[in-house]
Amino acid sequence: MVGFILRRILYIIPTLIGISIVSFVIINLPPGDYLTARIAQLELQGDTTSRHYLEQLRSYYGLDKPIYTQYFIWITHFIKGDFGISFEYNKPVRDLIGERLALTILLSVSTMLFTWIVSIPIGVYSATHQYSIGDRIFTFLSFAGMATPGFLLALVLLVFVLFRFGTSLLGLFSPEYVNAPWSFAKFIDLLKHLWLPVVIIGFSGTGSLIRIMRGNLLDILGQPYIFTARAKGLKESKVIWRYAVRIAINPLVSIAGMSLPGIIGGEMLTSIVLNLPTTGPLFYRALQMQDMYLAGSFLMFLTIFLVLGNFIADLTLAWLDPRIKYD
Amino acid sequence: MEEVRRDLEEFEFEEKIYALTYWQLVWRKFRRNSAALLGGIILLIFYFSMVIFPEFFAPYYLEHIFLEHINAPPQRIHFIDKDGRFHLRPFVYKLTGAVDPNTFGRVYVEDKSKMYPIYFFVRGDSYKLFGLFETNIHLFGTSQEGTIFLFGTDRQGRDLLSRIIYGGRISLTVGLIGVFLSIILGTTLGIISGYYGGTVDNIIQRIIEFLTAFPAIPLWMSLAAALPQDWSSIKSYFAITVILSIIGWGGLARQIRGKILSLREEEYILAARIVGCSERKILFTHLLPNCLSHIIVIATLSIPGMILGETSLSFLGLGIKPPMTSWGVLLSECQNVRSVVQTPWLTIPVAFVIITVLSFNFLGDGLRDAADPYTR
Repeated sequence: MVGFILRRILYIIPTLIGISIVSFVIINLPPGDYLTARIAQLELQGDTTSRHYLEQLRSYYGLDKPIYTQYFIWITHFIKGDFGISFEYNKPVRDLIGERLALTILLSVSTMLFTWIVSIPIGVYSATHQYSIGDRIFTFLSFAGMATPGFLLALVLLVFVLFRFGTSLLGLFSPEYVNAPWSFAKFIDLLKHLWLPVVIIGFSGTGSLIRIMRGNLLDILGQPYIFTARAKGLKESKVIWRYAVRIAINPLVSIAGMSLPGIIGGEMLTSIVLNLPTTGPLFYRALQMQDMYLAGSFLMFLTIFLVLGNFIADLTLAWLDPRIKYD
Repeated sequence: MEEVRRDLEEFEFEEKIYALTYWQLVWRKFRRNSAALLGGIILLIFYFSMVIFPEFFAPYYLEHIFLEHINAPPQRIHFIDKDGRFHLRPFVYKLTGAVDPNTFGRVYVEDKSKMYPIYFFVRGDSYKLFGLFETNIHLFGTSQEGTIFLFGTDRQGRDLLSRIIYGGRISLTVGLIGVFLSIILGTTLGIISGYYGGTVDNIIQRIIEFLTAFPAIPLWMSLAAALPQDWSSIKSYFAITVILSIIGWGGLARQIRGKILSLREEEYILAARIVGCSERKILFTHLLPNCLSHIIVIATLSIPGMILGETSLSFLGLGIKPPMTSWGVLLSECQNVRSVVQTPWLTIPVAFVIITVLSFNFLGDGLRDAADPYTR
């Protein structure tokens, strides 16, 4: 087991290096660099003091050096915790992204829990009542969920909520807490607002999880050992939950890791529409303004989060399913 | 006696089944799945009317601006006029707009004194069919002085239905071209990976793992945002399809690899090798055709993701940009709450996105079941 974990960690390292290279390439994709444009603009205004400062920044980030040197300078800074400067906000990227990343992760993890809590019972129901009216309705709903883009659902629900409840449910915090420091009361307030985005983001994921759970369970229910369990007179509920569902859930654990990218994407689009204080809107703005250190850092952190999520899913699966070999 | 006859019928049926080719068997199984069949028919209609003949099916030209009818709500089709008389030929009333003195918004009322009957094959905006034949016949419409906006108009006074039909040309083909690209990449690498195994397999699998580690939407957004602003519409359209297929091929390659892994141990491959077939021949004339049905299924199921991807990107203003029109571009008009409240009909393109994606899912599901017709 220890060897398995170590090997998995070793696999992560090249992935992380690759991710950093891609993020860096994306940072540098737009033609020209921000500083040059900014210096030209300042010169027109006859401003020389800022120019000096910007020149300092340029040599600090090595922007006058070849691209591979720039990468090494950037990645060394990154590991030390200096993610560069957001030119748009004129602030270190580190100060801008911390809380937003935390909220994105909170939102994604809550969404994942939500999809599991909703889809496992429905999947079990659909499989045990195959082709019943209920199964058909859930099948249709889950297909509809998979087909509806989350951000459009957000838009429609937004209008509905506005009419029905007023503005009280929008955003992640009530107005009095938006700029307040973190406290227990603020946390409770956050929980009260969390459900709406969670439902919106989770809608499509729930659909596919229901389908997968239903399919898995149907496969398992045909197995001889289920037949044996029934033949020896076990209660049906025990056969289903203790014998069949326990095994049918295993593939869902590995899917949990794989479904994270979709949740992050959905979270991002939904947050842009609902203007939540998570990574989505800031990332979107950073891309539009070509504020590339900010955008690149977001991309990098989200991907690291995904890699870690996959890693945890692998470990959980190995722990849950004794049939998996560690070598 | 009756029993013997039934046995005989069953026997004849089985005989017939054995005589059928693989694709005939697939079709037999597929057509029994009504949801898949419905999905297929809807998609055929969509592709026929929106990709091949949008100019004919749309009542107006894409950029036909009605200055008198800005933000007009959908017009209703009537059969019974104001005097209670029934007309076999449906008609619309004249739509007159006025500025509301309180809100300064435009409000529209039906002028019941003016009726415009709806005709099929009317003459309207002229267009060139396939860029060759100059004509001006549209599927339906009213007389020249009347208007017919079944889905209302946008804030520049352009007919939404026409724009949806023209927009379908982009939205429906982005997925097809994107999938085509990922099939080429995914199949080639999947087959190589599965057939040769070893180091090549290992490297390809690591690359795929690495690609799937990226969150699709943020990656798409960053790449789309980096496209040069001055590129022509056609150029950025293809760039978007390439971006959409960057992640998609990984899953395809992985599934093809699994299929090849099981196929290469089959006896007929061994036989081919003993006969002295070249590697290339084994790969492309023996292994590839056996994966074909599998490839079609995966491709069908991965088109919806690309359509949704294009819609999301264009909705944010990062994908297809006006004057090119796609469903995402149409939806970007209702980005804020105010426009959704004031002009709710502008969200109609959502329905088309959902119907298309649902149809592809149903079709793909049906194909998946049918692709293995030997299990009954």
